Amino acid sequence: MTTHVPGDALVSLNAVNKHYGQLHVLKDINLQVRKGEVVVVIGPSGSGKSTLCRAINRLETIEDGTISIDGKVLPEEGKELAQLRADVGMVFQSFNLFAHKTILENVTLGPIKVKGVSKAAAEKDAMALLERVGVGHQAPKLPAQLSGGQQQRVAIARALAMKPKVMLFDEPTSALDPEMINEVLDVMVQLAKEGMTMIVVTHEMGFARKAADRVVFMADGQIVEDDTPEEFFTNPKSDRAKDFLSKLLTH
Amino acid sequence: MDVIIENLPLYWEGFLRTLFLSAVSGIIALILGTLLAAARVSPVAALRGFSTVYVEILRNTPLTIAFFFSAIVLPRIGVKFEQFEVAAIIALSTYTAAFIAEAVRSGVNSVPVGQAEAARSIGMKFGQVLSLIILPQALRTVIPPLINILIALVKNSSVAGAFFVLELFGYGRQLANANGDAVITVLLGTAFFYLLITVPLGILANTVERKVAIAR
Repeated sequence: MTTHVPGDALVSLNAVNKHYGQLHVLKDINLQVRKGEVVVVIGPSGSGKSTLCRAINRLETIEDGTISIDGKVLPEEGKELAQLRADVGMVFQSFNLFAHKTILENVTLGPIKVKGVSKAAAEKDAMALLERVGVGHQAPKLPAQLSGGQQQRVAIARALAMKPKVMLFDEPTSALDPEMINEVLDVMVQLAKEGMTMIVVTHEMGFARKAADRVVFMADGQIVEDDTPEEFFTNPKSDRAKDFLSKLLTH
Repeated sequence: MDVIIENLPLYWEGFLRTLFLSAVSGIIALILGTLLAAARVSPVAALRGFSTVYVEILRNTPLTIAFFFSAIVLPRIGVKFEQFEVAAIIALSTYTAAFIAEAVRSGVNSVPVGQAEAARSIGMKFGQVLSLIILPQALRTVIPPLINILIALVKNSSVAGAFFVLELFGYGRQLANANGDAVITVLLGTAFFYLLITVPLGILANTVERKVAIAR
C-alpha cells in the first residue's frame, strides 16, 4: 500500500452523462479523485471505462454534468481547454507517439511549444525522463524503431514532461505483448509510489492490487463499486462484480 | 521543323509566360488550398461551412467560368487591373485551390486520429496540432495528388490564351494560323514545351515522395 496521505479532490465528476446515439455509455457518473490517489477503473468491455477516462480531458464530450480538474470546470473548445489539458497527462492504448518525430522530440515538443521552455532545458528534462523510464539510449530513434513496451514508456515520459497534476492511463498495456507488459507496469507502480495522482483503466488486476488506493468497478455505463482493492477483490458486494471476478479467476 | 526553329523566340516567350502563370498561380493555390483544408477540419462551424461551399462551387464549375468572372465580371464591379494576366492568375489560383483543399483534406484524414488526440492531450492548440503534427505527416500521401493538380494547372493555364494573355498556347495558335501548311508541327512544338514543364514536375514528385517517407 502507498504511504502518502491523499488530499483534496483534484478530479471531480458530477452527474456526468453521455450517449452514443441510443447507447447510454455514461450514466450519472459521480467520482472524486483526491490529490495523490491512484484509482484503477476496471470492468467488462463496453462498460464505459475508456469513455470515462477520455472524458476527463475532453477527448470525449459529455452531454450533462460537470467535470472539474483542480477546482476548474472543463471549458469548451479553445485556449482554456488546451491549457487545462496541459495539466492532464494522457497515455493511450496505442501509444500514439508522433510518428515523424524522434523519441527525444516526442518528449520535448510539448514543453517547448506549449509551455515555452527553452530547447536546451526541455532536452535536459526529457533525457532525465527517458533515463527514468529506461529508454534514454533510444533518444535519437524514430518511434517505429522501438518495441511496443519501449514506445509506451516514451509515451509516459512525454506526458510527464508537461509536469501534469494528474495522469490518465487508457488501457496502457492492452496493445502490448505479454513480455512487455511488466516493463510498463513497473514504471507505473514507481509513479504511484512517488505520489502521482493517477486514474488507470486497465485489465491488469495485479497492478490494481499492488498500486491502487481505490478500485472503481464499472458495468453498463455505471459505477457499480468503489472500494479499496483489498475489499473489492476479496469481498465484492454486487453480483456484477462477483460475476466479473469469477470469470477472471477461471483461467 | 523549320517553323519551330524560326519561331523559337516566340515559343520561348510563350513558355516563360506559361511558366510564370503556373508558378504564381500554383503558389497562391497551395497556400489558399491549405488554408481552406484547415478551415474544413477546424472546430469552427462557420469556417467549415465556408470552406465546403467554396470547394463545391469552384470544383464543380468549368474553369472558363472562373476566367469569365475574373476577366469580365470583376472589372465591372470595380476590381480593375492593368493586365489580363492578373485576371488569369486570380482565376487559375482560386479554381486550383479547391482541388488542393480536397487533396490536403484527404491527406489530413489519412493521419491516424490518435496523433491528433495525443497532440491535444499535451495541450496543443488547433493550429499547432495541424501544423506540427498532422500536416507534416499528411505531406507524404498528399504529394502525388498535389503534383497531379499542379500538372493540370499548367495545362489549364492554356485557357488564359483565350482571355487576351499571350502564353504558350496563345502563341501556338497564332503560329498555327500563320503557317497553315505546318499546323501539326506547330502544335507538336507547343506540346513539347508543355512537356518541358510537366515531365520534370512528375520527376520532382517521385523524389520528394521518397524524401518525406515516414516509417510506421
